[in-house]
Amino acid sequence: MVPIEIRDVSLIYDTPGGKVPGVKDVTLNISASEFVCIVGPSGCGKSTLLNIVAGFLSPAAGEIRIGGKKVDGHGMDRGVVFQDFAQLFPWRTALGNVAFGLEMKGVPKDERERIAHEQLRLVKLEKFTASYPHHLSGGMQQRVAIARALAYNPAVLLMDEPFAALDALTRDDMQRLLADVWRETRKTVIYVTHNVSEAVYLADRVIVMTPHPGTVKAEIRIPLPRPRDPLSVEFLDFQKELLRHLGHGASASEPTKANGKTTA
Amino acid sequence: MRDAVTAIAADHAPDRSHGSERLRLIWHNIFPFVVVGAIWEIIAWTGIFPRRLFPTLEDVATAFVNLTITGILPHHAIETVIRLLTGFALAAIVGVTIGVLMGRSRRAEDIFLPLVSIGAPIPGLAYAPLFLLWFGLGNLSSVLLVGFVSAFPIIFNSWTGVKAVKEIWVRSAQAMGANDHRLFRHVILPGALPYILTGLRLGLAQAWRILVAVEMLAAVPWGLGWLIFGARKFLNTDIMMAGIVVIALIGIALEKLVFQKIENYTVVRWGMISS
Repeated sequence: MVPIEIRDVSLIYDTPGGKVPGVKDVTLNISASEFVCIVGPSGCGKSTLLNIVAGFLSPAAGEIRIGGKKVDGHGMDRGVVFQDFAQLFPWRTALGNVAFGLEMKGVPKDERERIAHEQLRLVKLEKFTASYPHHLSGGMQQRVAIARALAYNPAVLLMDEPFAALDALTRDDMQRLLADVWRETRKTVIYVTHNVSEAVYLADRVIVMTPHPGTVKAEIRIPLPRPRDPLSVEFLDFQKELLRHLGHGASASEPTKANGKTTA
Repeated sequence: MRDAVTAIAADHAPDRSHGSERLRLIWHNIFPFVVVGAIWEIIAWTGIFPRRLFPTLEDVATAFVNLTITGILPHHAIETVIRLLTGFALAAIVGVTIGVLMGRSRRAEDIFLPLVSIGAPIPGLAYAPLFLLWFGLGNLSSVLLVGFVSAFPIIFNSWTGVKAVKEIWVRSAQAMGANDHRLFRHVILPGALPYILTGLRLGLAQAWRILVAVEMLAAVPWGLGWLIFGARKFLNTDIMMAGIVVIALIGIALEKLVFQKIENYTVVRWGMISS
């Protein structure tokens, strides 16, 4: 797997109301196989940053290197998972969706179907290979999306709030599943979320971003052993620390907010 | 007539329904026709109108059977269907191509959109004399006119369909290494398919309208439009009615056997539209 270097990256949005800085002078170094979560309130530029790394947006200044290679547009060294369930192609079965990247790569049919089966087994959907997306639940669709992004074996996995639209119980399951998948594949992951407990559960390191302009405010290492217990004292301490950085320090002792399910 | 066709088409019988449930559904579909038929029959028998102008259903049925046995009606129908499908195929190929092009290229959009916007609302029949002068009486002008007129809804819907392709599909595909050509084939086309199919369906309806009308003008020796129009000379209203019935039957057949089959196999199966 490969490291990611983000150097002095800035991006300015040109809106009818004037120029709005999306992200400003963001510098981040992510080691190979590291799982990094970026948390922050809406508008802090976390999704913008992810889209720049994905190559969907070009930064106004700065550069991004993945495995030492400068990012210029999208590329197959990165797999992307979005929040929207609609990201899957409705006209392809789960297997067809997962095989898409391999098909683009020119992998022969038998081979890509074998790999797609394998990936769907990894996200525990081996029984649904022939199902079309509209027959799958939201959680299952997101699992297909993860399998799809992993299938062509990119070094880096970029995830933009993939579980934000799921109900709380499903989200817990998905987080566990993703932790397992990551342990097996050891991808370098950038995971954007506004859910503090999700970040503490998944990440090796959490980056806190603040808006206007979008900058990195704090970095917190989470050295807890995996699998993590979301009810342990240490886990809750990290949540409190994150909430404090996000400006919710005073309310962090309140039990309803300290469980991290509230939007930070 | 067209409304009745779509109404029937919209009312889908679930495939694995119970026997009696199915009968009920069939009755449900037939009932309005039974009512209209009964009213028609009563009016015809009261003799308010001369029977020659207002035939009974038996007269229509007799004319239908006689014309079918003698092979006259099938001959008319086949000629019409061939013209219809030739003109429609032309419209489908050209229409989808232009529409998709407009959706994909800003330049094509700038060129075609004003032309199509102005051309589309003009009633197709207005072009008929021009086409007859240019291409002569007969098959060529009717086929070309059908193709020309029915291309408009196909162009519009294909264009809209391409524009409506979700950005997230495009992004996902690009992230997975799809180049422009593959993006087009594997994402844009299937993504736009619900609209393209709607365009084709509207185009076919348009093709029917213009074809039956132009057959009355173009002095073609065979064709349902001509059959209906020619029958006026001898006040053969039963033949007119028989011709109209055939048009309805062909319409239903195309809808049920072609469009619904294609839809069920694609966009309905994919959950992109509900059946």
